Amino acid sequence: MIKAILIFNNHGKPRLSKFYQPYSEDTQQQIIRETFHLVSKRDENVCNFLEGGLLIGGSDNKLIYRHYATLYFVFCVDSSESELGILDLIQWPEQHPKQVGSQQVFVETLDKCFENVCELDLIFHVDKVHNILAEMVMGGMVLETNMNEIVTQIDAQNKLEKSEAGLAGAPARAVSAVKNMNLPEIPRNINIGDISIKVPNLPSFK
Amino acid sequence: MSDIVEKTLTALPGLFLQNQLGGGPAAAKASFSSRLGSLVRGITLLTSKHEEEKLIQQELSSLKVTVSAPTTTLKMMKECMVRLAYCEMLGYDASFGYIHAIKLAQQGNLLEKRVGYLAVSLFLHENHELLLLLVNTVIKDLQSTNLVEVCMALTIVSQLFPREMIPAVLPLIEDKLQHSKEIIRRKAVLALHKFHLIAPNQVQHIHIKFRKALCDRDVGVMAASLHIYLRMIKENASGYKDLTGSFVTILKQVVGGKLPVEFNYHSVPAPWLQIQLLRILGLLGKDDQRTSELMYDVLDESLRRAELHHNVTYAILFECVHTVYSIYPKSELLEKAAKCIGKFVLSPKINLKYLGLKALTYVIQQDPSLALQHQMTVIECLDHSDPIIKRETLELLYRITNAQNITVIVQKMLEYLQESKEEYIIVNLVGKIAELAEKYAPDNAWFIQTMNAVFSVGGDVMHPDIPNNFLRLLAEGFDDETEDHQLRLYAVQSYLTLLDVENAFYPQRFLQVMSWVLGEYSYLLDKETPDKVITKLHKLLLNNSISSETKTWLIAAVTKLTAQAHSSNTVEKLIQEFTTSLDTCLRQHAFELKHLQENVELMKRVLPLDKSCDDMMVDASLSFLDGFVAERLGQGAAPYKPHHQRQEEKLSQEKVLNFEPYGPSFSSSGFTGRQSPAGISLGSDVSGNSAETGLKETNSLKLEGIKKLWGKEGYLPKKESMTSDDVEPVEAGALEKVDQTAMRKDPPPALTPSREEREKQLLASSLFVGLGSESTINLLGKADTVSHKFRRKSKTKETKSGGPTSAHPNSLSDASYAEDYYLDTLQDRGDKELKKVSLDSELLDSESFTELHLLEKPSDCDGPRPSLFADSNLEIVHPSQSAGASAATEMSVAAALLEEPTEHVHSPVLEVCSDETISASVYKIWKDDCLLMVWSVTGKSGADLKSAHIEIAPAENFQVTEQLESCLPVIEAESTNIFQHSVQMENPFTEGTLSGFINYQKMDSHSVQLEFSVTLSLLDFIRPLKISTEDFGKLWLSFANDVKQHVKLSASHTALPSALKTLQQKLRLHVVDIIGNEGLLACQLLPSIPGLLHFRVHADVLVLWVRSSCSALPDYLLYQCQRVLEGS
Repeated sequence: MIKAILIFNNHGKPRLSKFYQPYSEDTQQQIIRETFHLVSKRDENVCNFLEGGLLIGGSDNKLIYRHYATLYFVFCVDSSESELGILDLIQWPEQHPKQVGSQQVFVETLDKCFENVCELDLIFHVDKVHNILAEMVMGGMVLETNMNEIVTQIDAQNKLEKSEAGLAGAPARAVSAVKNMNLPEIPRNINIGDISIKVPNLPSFK
Repeated sequence: MSDIVEKTLTALPGLFLQNQLGGGPAAAKASFSSRLGSLVRGITLLTSKHEEEKLIQQELSSLKVTVSAPTTTLKMMKECMVRLAYCEMLGYDASFGYIHAIKLAQQGNLLEKRVGYLAVSLFLHENHELLLLLVNTVIKDLQSTNLVEVCMALTIVSQLFPREMIPAVLPLIEDKLQHSKEIIRRKAVLALHKFHLIAPNQVQHIHIKFRKALCDRDVGVMAASLHIYLRMIKENASGYKDLTGSFVTILKQVVGGKLPVEFNYHSVPAPWLQIQLLRILGLLGKDDQRTSELMYDVLDESLRRAELHHNVTYAILFECVHTVYSIYPKSELLEKAAKCIGKFVLSPKINLKYLGLKALTYVIQQDPSLALQHQMTVIECLDHSDPIIKRETLELLYRITNAQNITVIVQKMLEYLQESKEEYIIVNLVGKIAELAEKYAPDNAWFIQTMNAVFSVGGDVMHPDIPNNFLRLLAEGFDDETEDHQLRLYAVQSYLTLLDVENAFYPQRFLQVMSWVLGEYSYLLDKETPDKVITKLHKLLLNNSISSETKTWLIAAVTKLTAQAHSSNTVEKLIQEFTTSLDTCLRQHAFELKHLQENVELMKRVLPLDKSCDDMMVDASLSFLDGFVAERLGQGAAPYKPHHQRQEEKLSQEKVLNFEPYGPSFSSSGFTGRQSPAGISLGSDVSGNSAETGLKETNSLKLEGIKKLWGKEGYLPKKESMTSDDVEPVEAGALEKVDQTAMRKDPPPALTPSREEREKQLLASSLFVGLGSESTINLLGKADTVSHKFRRKSKTKETKSGGPTSAHPNSLSDASYAEDYYLDTLQDRGDKELKKVSLDSELLDSESFTELHLLEKPSDCDGPRPSLFADSNLEIVHPSQSAGASAATEMSVAAALLEEPTEHVHSPVLEVCSDETISASVYKIWKDDCLLMVWSVTGKSGADLKSAHIEIAPAENFQVTEQLESCLPVIEAESTNIFQHSVQMENPFTEGTLSGFINYQKMDSHSVQLEFSVTLSLLDFIRPLKISTEDFGKLWLSFANDVKQHVKLSASHTALPSALKTLQQKLRLHVVDIIGNEGLLACQLLPSIPGLLHFRVHADVLVLWVRSSCSALPDYLLYQCQRVLEGS
């Protein structure tokens, strides 16, 4: 199974971390650091597989990674996963000049969802990336490898959410309008000491 | 404007500016929604870790205020959660937000709910207590009509779900298996897979539904169900053989392109599905010719189809090769697979090369000739720029090491070690070198040098077994005395030279090894050495960089040497220095040394020369403490409980459902769990040996096919090439003796190889020496006999200690014999002598007398010693010849009473207490409905006793009922009286004591009270349960308490029936059925708690699975079974 999926940049800053096995917070951080340490010192033209990583599982553990522009995509898997299979799951760029109908799973899906994905997309839309990942891998098992299917799922969800957000948004706006009318209460709130939570938001509803 | 924004901004000049530019209320809104953005930007602007920490702390405190404010809308909360998740990812604690994440998942609309669920899955782990709060939300969402909500709930369930709450959602998820949407069905299957992982017995009843999923009309659902099958088949391949046909059909369809086009990936049909199926087939066909035959065709087809030269086809190809080599061999397929491996190995693509080496590594023992084919590539890989490739090559070499190529291979490994800095690699490789060195070392000097290298490189990260094994090897020596002497001498010399080096740094473990060896064997060098060595050790002791643990080793060494040294100036100085040491341990040692030194005679006796592995006579029973123990017990101290019992009690107290598949003892047997013949056991430092023997066994099964294949083809051309260039190998002078086949190599491309080429070939010939192809079987066999130069002597201690223990059960004897004898003596005292002789002889040749006593506490055995038959047993029933008529009637009563028990099995007689007037003994009768304790009280002296009675103190776990009048008006001198108590268990326990006292009054004086106690174990209340196989099946499913464990069988039990028979005899279990390599046993814990046992044998490993309705029973049964099976 897949034990963890990590994305970090060239400086080791984590951009996404998803663990499919329970590790403590500290261990998770150590795993990220250890993995970065292992992966970052490898040259560009060596193989994409690594063994080791004592923290995440020792000898049964494999790291399968790709370096993609400024980002490292690392899958930590156990011996029941196929190395090449996982690698293709991430991407295999040099093999595929962008051709019609080419399907490269993870990165390509991201590309499609974000229109030319870059590091910033991952940072600012962490939740979306997680959602895409959730469609691809579930509980450490590969769920879907067909990019089009994933994109369809994500689109469908987005649509549903948008419609719902539109509906749900209306009453919320009404409520805030009411709150706004009640201006004299604001100073009192501030005096209580719980301050500020309300205040910065208020102007936005004018 | 807002204070908080202001506050944040002042801390962040960059952001401040940015926001000022925007100005006004609109900017404030933007600043809230894109706070994550600004946070990230802020962090990237910062230069030091410290600043980042400060910024995040600030962010967190502002978030803390926001999330707990009642006015925060869910939408804002959503934003906050994303930011919190970001902070968590960077490693900062955001635990204050966890509860809000759960709330968000509960209350939010779809969008917010999704973020809530996401945050929960990122923040919490399976055992987090807050997770319980999520259960209701999950249940609600599972019942929702909105597909997205159901999907989210299923996703969170498969990510993390509290194990105890599984029953709450299980039916809902099962329903989802019939959902009309395939995506829901697929996710439901994976959620069930998760349950199968964390609590296998809870999803057992839905195995049939998994089968349905496998036949789902949607390919995605079927693919998802393969995850479950792969796992289940890995655990128990034999249970799913019937599905082989289905898997083969599916694979056939996939390979044949029958799937819809959208499953194609680069025009390869569903590659991941193929990989999964191939893995499953590999597991199913392992060592099973009939099943394997079903898949030959489809494998052939796969191999043929996968020639598109796309990367994902290589993935399939690799799996194919793996499968072909794991199933029952078929020569054509093997031939094709071998060609494929060649493709991988020779590929310029580094990933493929890596996989090629990996494939070679696990086929090498089946087919060493393949390594010969690719030897030049392997040599190139040894100098590859990628360390991973290099290491994989070393792994390969490790597998082909034999006595002839060991030096070269170990040298290569050491070279690699010098360059490597990673702990994982060092630990791993050092273990392998040590193992190889021990097995195949060509001579003493090499062995010691290699181990020195191992110790200095491996340092303090290596496995502690390595130095321990090394020292034991030195101490125990081999069969050859002079060899031992030389090895030790060489070790001493080499360590002295090492210590002479100025400013050298050695790891602590190495220093410990040195100090032990020097302490033990310095005397071998010459008379003067001890003094010199002491001086050296003293110098080390003053070194501050040495840990105090090592210092104690050093002092211990000095202590040993002091006995041999002449002058003791240094020693005295040392004593002075360390008796005042702050380290208590060191001080203790120093004082010991001081006192020993004052008494030279004692010292010589305590520290004899070269006796390190001679067994000391130790009073293991600690009998000298008996008086003290009795005294304390008399004062009311609690009786001692052995460790396992305490643990069991603790377990049974705080027992929750234990679904752990493997118990702790499993790790100790290392190999048992690993079944794969490929044995990619990188971490096999400890279990390497056993793993290897295991591998050899499996090989021998398959060698036939391979041998034929390679005997015909691979070699004939090579033999020709050998004649053309067998000039070069001669250079490797030392290798001349090696047989010709070993020298063979690939025909070189050029006839006049360059110097470099030649070096490589030389290397190749020395590496692949001994990998003779025609004699694969021979080779393996030879390696075994020739090697093991340093094979450890079997420990003499074992045989020694074996003596008394083996005598023990015999003398204690089978209970029924004792009983027969008992009765016989009662009835016919005249034949006593004769009977005894015959009985003794019977006892002597009966091997199976390892009855229950062994399983009972040692205290049970303490009473009657080997002399039992001669004395104590008789003493009990020794009515005086002059006994009157009344005594005779008493006797007949006793005899009558005792006749009944003979139908039942019972324990030997055990004396519980005695004084000068009476002695009491007891034995247990395991009746069908209760435990009957039979006490017999015998008067010894001439005087009669009045109103003797036995009283049993009430115990919390049992209910004791008097069976027979336990108060007798008179006990006549030298007669025996019987009392009976039936004992029922009230609460399950593992071991308890039944205590009580005997009260009697001498005719002429005051009353006397004698206390006694008897140990009862749970085993005393276990009876066979006679049920049919069907009933067993029904009961099995209805029980929730379940324990599973692997047990390594001792040689005598490898056949299942014999193992079961032993269990039946010793634990009183009922054998319900034996089906193939599986056995079913049942028992009941009185009054009526059934316990079911399931056994499956794989080679010499037994998978034990116990279930019961009582939580304490499975663990206990498991423990007892293990004891029986491993013990005898």
